[in-house]
Amino acid sequence: MTTTLDIRGLGKSFNDHTVLDHIDLQVSPGSTTAVVGSSGCGKTTLLRLVAGFEIPDDGTIAISGRTVASPERAVAPHKRSVGYVAQDGALFPHLTVGQNIAYGLTGSARSRGVRDRIVELLETVSLDASYASRRPHQLSGGQQQRVALARALARKPELMLLDEPFSALDTGLRASTRKAVAQLLADAGVTTLLVTHDQEEALSIADQIAVMRDGRFTQVGAPQDVYRKPKDRFTAEFLGDCISLPCTVASGIAECALGSVPVQTSFGDGPATLALRPEQLVASLVSDSEGRDSIGTVIAIEFLGHDVLLTIDPAADIAPIIVRQHSLNPPPIDAKVRIEVLGSGVALK
Amino acid sequence: MVAPPVGRAGNETASRQVAPRSSRTARPGPLVSATVAILVAATCIPLGYVVWGAVSVGWTRAYQLVVRPRVGELLVNTVSLVVVTVPLCVIVGVGLAWLVERTDLPGRAFWRPLFVAPLAIPAFVNSYAWVGVIPSLHGLWAGVLITTLSYFPFVYLPVAATLRRLDPAVEESARALGSDSAGVFFRVVLPQLRLAILGGALLIGVHLLAEFGAFAMVRFDTFTVAIFQQYQVTFDGAAGSMLAGVLVVLCMALLLAEALARGTARYSRIGAGAPRAATSIHLGRNMFPASVGLALLAVLALGVPVWTILRWLWIGGTDVWAPADIGTALIQTVGLAAVAAVLTTVLAFPVAWVAVRSNGVLARVVEGSNYVTSSLPGIVTALALVTVAIHFVRPLYQSVPLIVFAYVLLFMPRALINVRAGLAQVAPGLEEASRSLGRSPTETFFRVTLRLTAPAAAAGASLVFVAVATELTATLLLAPTGTRTLSMFFWSFSSELDYASAAPYALVLVLLAIPVTLILYRQSTKVAAP
Repeated sequence: MTTTLDIRGLGKSFNDHTVLDHIDLQVSPGSTTAVVGSSGCGKTTLLRLVAGFEIPDDGTIAISGRTVASPERAVAPHKRSVGYVAQDGALFPHLTVGQNIAYGLTGSARSRGVRDRIVELLETVSLDASYASRRPHQLSGGQQQRVALARALARKPELMLLDEPFSALDTGLRASTRKAVAQLLADAGVTTLLVTHDQEEALSIADQIAVMRDGRFTQVGAPQDVYRKPKDRFTAEFLGDCISLPCTVASGIAECALGSVPVQTSFGDGPATLALRPEQLVASLVSDSEGRDSIGTVIAIEFLGHDVLLTIDPAADIAPIIVRQHSLNPPPIDAKVRIEVLGSGVALK
Repeated sequence: MVAPPVGRAGNETASRQVAPRSSRTARPGPLVSATVAILVAATCIPLGYVVWGAVSVGWTRAYQLVVRPRVGELLVNTVSLVVVTVPLCVIVGVGLAWLVERTDLPGRAFWRPLFVAPLAIPAFVNSYAWVGVIPSLHGLWAGVLITTLSYFPFVYLPVAATLRRLDPAVEESARALGSDSAGVFFRVVLPQLRLAILGGALLIGVHLLAEFGAFAMVRFDTFTVAIFQQYQVTFDGAAGSMLAGVLVVLCMALLLAEALARGTARYSRIGAGAPRAATSIHLGRNMFPASVGLALLAVLALGVPVWTILRWLWIGGTDVWAPADIGTALIQTVGLAAVAAVLTTVLAFPVAWVAVRSNGVLARVVEGSNYVTSSLPGIVTALALVTVAIHFVRPLYQSVPLIVFAYVLLFMPRALINVRAGLAQVAPGLEEASRSLGRSPTETFFRVTLRLTAPAAAAGASLVFVAVATELTATLLLAPTGTRTLSMFFWSFSSELDYASAAPYALVLVLLAIPVTLILYRQSTKVAAP
């Protein structure tokens, strides 16, 4: 089975500033890949190269086995069979919702076939058929985004490109729109490449995520793998809170201030940094008689409603550790606590 | 003459894209580049003519022609006119704008559009009206009176628009810091109006240098008037081209003065438009004098011309309405103006595209050359084209293509400002969306870009239309034999002191300009509320 999107050795610079540096990425049919990185890391440029709005300096892009871009030859954007949804939707302000959706279709917007298709597409994005006659400015941000998606879906593209499609929406709407869109794209079996700076969005929506930093991928893989087994500290910290402890690794076990923790990926024995996720730590009160495990003192408590953040000063000579746990009966301030580590950690250089 | 008063007022689009997107500014294709290059080259003809004129007569002769009492007299006249009229217009325009925008003066909704109306009355019609009321009117002060009344809206319109856009919170902060109304005006408001005032003042200065009819009517000799007379005596003479050279130098001095006064100041983007309206200042006891002042200005600027035209029509009765002549003139005027307006607007597209979408050398050359030629008096452009036609393309002399070409050169900036603003509002994202939906670049241009720019282009085209319809100087010089436009008929009747016969033409000219004046007023209010 060929991959829907195959990017090899892609490079792009603007005014001697390297934005993309030898990017490789494969997206298999029907799957969703999220490229995640902070702003300015080059992820939008990657998307624009795939869409055909920019021409690469190096490397090739192939869509369903057809090479669409190389430094010598570039297929024009309108001949690539890609759908593109911009950050703000980019709906045509002079057209109604229906006309916007019909824009890429052949035939008059008033013809029977096109009208049926518009209604069908509006249904796909959970909008009522009556929306067809509205103007873009009469829609909310989330609705505009869904119309932009319907418009892009109308031509049944082989590949859908989403450029931070939810970032213009407010928090509540973002989560629900994201869920709906993910479901819809999965149902339609559309291969999707999504770009976002929001790691939570990337982790929740994608089958594969690619973490980008300064024009390079630091890691590409399944969300769970990349989250649980980051290859470097940047990837680990970018995808979520991370506790780093100095340790010594010997035959798959890291010895650190919290005791012995099994490590998954090890580059060999010797001194290293142990990376753990806050949810792997559980702090519990210890009575004076107990002396087992590592012991620390709670120095600050931050109540966040559902969760509580405990800042714990370990007895050992290391920086305070932040533990996130549910807020039911947390240890009080100045209490002596034991920190238990669940699962295994990752040893990093 | 109607010109876009909001001029270079910041057309910047609030770009949300911060990422390095230098490549988004695409390189123009060969067709666009060639069109733009030819237009830019054409805009250099007037300047080239002046330089070539100076070189061809030789430096000694040129020196003799420039340093003579007549030139000194014209210089004194022209400079005094600019030095007196521009500040007067600024005082009237700013005072007016402040009164109607910031005080509780009664009837503001009525005054506000009323003071844009003088733009619908060409200055030479205004001059004709005043001579009708006071036949002895002549000289510098007549020129100052008439042009002040005709041109103050060039300051009033952009200043009023800026006042509406200013954030009242800034002024409130100044009040809270202990300034009184006057203190706030001079220390906070006026500095923020600087660019609007300078832009308006430059436009007035340029118009003063270029105006012919209004001054000829009151026997006040400026450079433009003298060049015209010289041309009638000896066309294509060295004396005329030397006078044109001095006029161009004056014009450059004006541009330089404005550029220096402007300094590096930029239109700072003041939020996304003021969320609240400013609190009106209570005029109190000053209400009555302010109202009387406004009424008086309205009578002088609008009452006099309207009354004179109507009076002459009344005196002339039905005899002055020569349907055949008026019909022919109307058809010819509308025809020329329509052709010139459409052509100018179409040609403005590639130029605007280069200015908006690319940031290379070409774009800067285009901006610069347009800035300069837009300020050159029409008489210089007309003389240059006459000379070029006589020497190089004889068949074009006194032909319709040549006069249309002159109109394109003269009024391109009016179309350009509008098309540019319209184009700047079409987000590149929309064009990209269209491309990703399977539409070719050409289809995208017609279905998205052109469609979204159409209102702005239409506004630009109508501005050019009226400018051509009411143009006098270049038309008199370049019109093919047998052509009689409205302004030419008006001019020949009023030159023969047959004021009654000229009245119908004045009326038609004013009526033609009214819709466009409304467009200008709308545009300025739209600037205020984006």
